[in-house]
This record gives sequence, structure tokens and C-alpha cells, in this order.
Amino acid sequence: MTIMKGVGSQPRNRTGRSGHATRRQRAARAAIPYLYLVPAATFFIIFVLVPLGQTLYLSFYDWNGISAGTWVGVDNFVRAFQDPDTIAALSHSLVFIITFCVIPVILGVTFAAVLSKQQVRGLAFFRTVIFVPQVISSVVIGVAWRWMYQDTGTVNQVLGFFGIPSTTPWLGDFTWALPAIGLVGTWVMTGLCMVLFLSGVGRIDGDLYDAAKVDGAGPFREFFNVTLPGLRPELIVATTITIIAALRTFDLVFVTTQGGPGKSTIVPGTEIYRTAFREGDIGYASTLAVILAVVIFALVRGVNYVLREEKA
Amino acid sequence: MAIEAPPAQPAIKRATAVHRVVKPTSRRPRWVWSTALSRGAIYAFLSISSVIVLLPLVSIFSVSLQPAGTSVGGLQWPADPQWSNYVAAWTTGSFSRLMMNSLVVAAVVVPVTVTITVLAGYAFGTMKFRGSNVLFYMFLIGLVMPFEATVVPLYYNLRSMGLINVPLGVMLPQIALYTAFGVFWMRSFFRSTPLALIEAARIDGASSLRILFSVLLPLARPAILTLATLYFIWSWNEFLLALVILQSPEVQTAPAGLGLFVGQRLSDIPGLSAGAIIISIPTLVLYVILNRKIISGILQGAVKG
Repeated sequence: MTIMKGVGSQPRNRTGRSGHATRRQRAARAAIPYLYLVPAATFFIIFVLVPLGQTLYLSFYDWNGISAGTWVGVDNFVRAFQDPDTIAALSHSLVFIITFCVIPVILGVTFAAVLSKQQVRGLAFFRTVIFVPQVISSVVIGVAWRWMYQDTGTVNQVLGFFGIPSTTPWLGDFTWALPAIGLVGTWVMTGLCMVLFLSGVGRIDGDLYDAAKVDGAGPFREFFNVTLPGLRPELIVATTITIIAALRTFDLVFVTTQGGPGKSTIVPGTEIYRTAFREGDIGYASTLAVILAVVIFALVRGVNYVLREEKA
Repeated sequence: MAIEAPPAQPAIKRATAVHRVVKPTSRRPRWVWSTALSRGAIYAFLSISSVIVLLPLVSIFSVSLQPAGTSVGGLQWPADPQWSNYVAAWTTGSFSRLMMNSLVVAAVVVPVTVTITVLAGYAFGTMKFRGSNVLFYMFLIGLVMPFEATVVPLYYNLRSMGLINVPLGVMLPQIALYTAFGVFWMRSFFRSTPLALIEAARIDGASSLRILFSVLLPLARPAILTLATLYFIWSWNEFLLALVILQSPEVQTAPAGLGLFVGQRLSDIPGLSAGAIIISIPTLVLYVILNRKIISGILQGAVKG
């Protein structure tokens, strides 16, 4: 949940306060902001930026983590795009984008639109409940769903209750394991999206609804002309957060299937982990990490671009 | 749904917005067609959503009370609930040690990260200086970047510093990783504080540090509390880093320990479930107490950026 998008505008102007300061005082004062940044920047540079640069650097090397590495140029990248595992992992991420992002966002927007200006008693309680997955460790979520999906687990129990007898061990099934994990993402993200859009819809100016009403707009036109444009900021945020979550999924897969059965649920995160820490192929793991980072940055930029351009 | 006359002010505002005079009561009929129906549907939807959200949690709770050695049954209240599974998970299952390790990590990460991001947010939010935008963009990277993108070199760097299997080895990268969010969060808080307040203190001759501590920090307390709570939850739940850096069981944190046990102790499903619930308790308790703050923190943090 650490993700936000976009950048605010320029900090507001707070200069022009030092009318009588001497030149030296002004120079000393000019250094002050940087001093405040030193601690945070130091941590950030040493433990985020430098490793990020090293990943990029290592992605051009063949290195097993022990002996000296060899420069191989773009060989790792060529290999990645021909590697069926990498392609499988990335295509599984696409499935996750549907279940982590598309479904929760649609559910969230629809829900917020229906609810829009209504007063619902007890909403705070429901909000608290549906938001719970956000504060639980993904490992615990993975364990809980691992039991849920077993042949004798709750999912089959519920299906049986609705007259669909099933003994499928969902996570052990080549066809179902991937969508099954994906739906856990839906479970995690829908509450976040619902609450996010709900707070957004409360902010839309009631006058706009009245104007739409006066112009004779029905519920659908009202939705597309007032609610949806009004929710644009939330739409950008929700899409960004959920896409990033979909692509960087690791914990959930690690705990539920470890990528199996076969390779039916491998994702970039598990491939990076396995390649680096199980196979010791550090260069190639770095290449995968670079590709993942680039895909995420590109998608985030893309989402922001598309949703901003559609200004009504 | 009693129909009440809205105060005069909004009526005027509405009239100007619509460019024709609208009777104040005109917005009510919008809901007449559907009020009862949609209200019922809303409650049904909210209830179903809540049940779906709670189902896995209730399931794992019911599994945790089954006799040791049983395989996973679905949702069923055990004939003889084995509360002793919790005692066993806490003592012999080593979850007490895992919890302690997680607590130590969070106890360092949270205050340090809060402190350094308050300082940085103060600079970004209230001061104008050369390069502020570039520096701010630099922190922005931390919000989008997947952790997977740095974890490999991080492992080798920390190893060369002798920080593998040492709590400090996860603390330092966690602090760095969470810095990005805090800088954003505190920056937007400080930007929202009244400029006049800072000006007045400055005219009184207060130094910038003095202004921060005596003028702004008292105001910032709620924002800082939210930030600290979110940091605690993230630090407590962090998995990949702990998995990679803390390999020996003595130093492992709770999620990493659980994540590894799940592959190894398949014979002890009730015990693992009990452990999973134990490690969720701290964040859940925090959530029950501070849910408004946590929800609005996550939402605002997301939207403000």
C-alpha cells in the first residue's frame, strides 16, 4: 500500500521573508533545507537507489554470485524474451491485472455509483470490515486461502451448499490454480477500491447531479457524465495501486503454490527469487528484475496518461 | 429520508451552477424510483461482501481449533475446540520468538523512519530551495519501484557488510523503502499548515528547528500517528526481505517464519493456523482501535500523492 501516483505542483512560495538578512546569513539559511533532507536521502540512496542501479548493472553480466562476472551485453535480455518461463510469468501477471485491478475497480465504481449520495446506516461498520484484508499479512492471507482451496476446504463446502458438489483441490489443478490465486487478489483489492471510490463519490459536487437531473439525464447518463468523471482521481489511484500489486505479487504465490503445479502459477517475483537465490544466476535474475520494473513504470505512466487525457 | 428544506445558501449556489433557478426540493425525486429497492440491494451487497471478506479468516480460525494432526476441514466448529493449539504454537511452535523478532524490527524501523521523514517532509513542505523538485522525484521512485528490483544486490551488499542474519539487515532497507511514502505524507501535511503560523514564528526570531518542534509538531501529531501506524503494519507484515536476509530461525520475523513453516510442517495444519492468527493479532488490534485513521491514511496517502 505504499503506492501513490503523480506529483503535486510546485511547493508554494515561502521565500521573501528575509528582507534584512546579510548575504552570509542568507547563504547559511539556503543550506538549511538540505540538512533536513540528509538523513532520509542517505537511507534512500544507500538502500534503494544504489541497489536499483546495481540491478541494472548486473543485468548486463553473467554472474553466479561467487566468481568474477562476465559482461554479456544484452544477452540476458535476449534470453529473457525467448525464455518460455519468463513469458509465462509475465502472461500470468496479465491474468492478475484482471483479477487484482479490473474486477475490483469495476466493482468499486459500480458500488460507489449506486451508493452515491445515499445515507446508509452502519456504513462505517461495513467499511471497516471490507477493508480488513489491507492490514493482514499477505502470508497469513495466503495460508488462509491455501486451506480454503483444499479439496475438503471451505470453497468446495460453499459450492456444495449451492448445489455444485466439488472436490477439486483448486491450487493443485493446472487449469484452476492461477485464477484461484488471482481471485485472492480480487478478495484483497475489492474492499480497498470500494472504500476509495466511496470517499471519492462523496466529494463530487451535488450541484452536478442536480444539473444532470435538470437536463433530463437518466441514471446511466448521470453515471457516465457526472460520477465517472468525478471519480477520475480515485480511478487513477486505484488502477495504479492494484496494477502494481498485481505485478509484484510474490508472497501470495510463494505461500500458496510456490509457482506450481508445474509452472502454472509462476510470476515475475517468484522467478526472480528462484533464479537468484535458488539457482544463483544473479545476472539473469537482475535482468528479470529490470524487465519487471520497466513494465511496472511503463504501465503506471500509461494509466496516468490515458486517464488524464480523457478529460471530459 | 424526511424531506427538509435545504438552507438558502446552497440553493443559491445551485441556481448559479445550473444557470437557471431550481427549486431546492428538486433533487429529492431522483431517489424516489429506487430508494427502497436500492437500499435493500445495498445492504444485501454490503452484507455479502462482508461475509466473503470474513470467510477465509473464520475458516482459518476454525481450522486452528481442530485436533492436532487433522487435515483441513472446511468451515465447521470443532466438537472439542483445541485452544491448546495456541499455547503449543506460542511455545513449541516458536511463534513467541518470531513475534519478538518482528517486534524488535518494528520498534526500530517505525521511530527512525518517522523521524527522518518528518524532517524531509518539513523541508519539502515549507521551504523553497534549488533542486527540490528533482529531489522529490527521486523519492517518488521508491513508491512505484517493486522491491524485487533491488533485493538481489541488496542481499550481496548486506552480506559484505556482515548484515545477513542480523535484524539490522532488514531494518535498514525497510527504513529506506518506507521513506518514500513518509516524505510524501509529511510533505503534504506541512504544505497544508497555515503559512501565517510559520511566518509569525519566524518574525519572532525562531529558528527553523524551533518552528518545527514548537509550532508544527504539536499540529502534526495526528498525521504522525497515522504514519507510524501504517509503518508498523508494513514492517510487521514485510515478507520478501525477511525471507532473503534472515535465514536462521533465531532471527526470523513472524511472516517469514510462517511462510517457511507452511512448506515444512504440513502435518501440523491446526498449529500453523493458530500461528497465523497469533501473528495477525497485533495489526488487527491496532486496526480495531485506529481503523478510521488507518483507512483514511491509506486513502489520503494514495490520493494526495
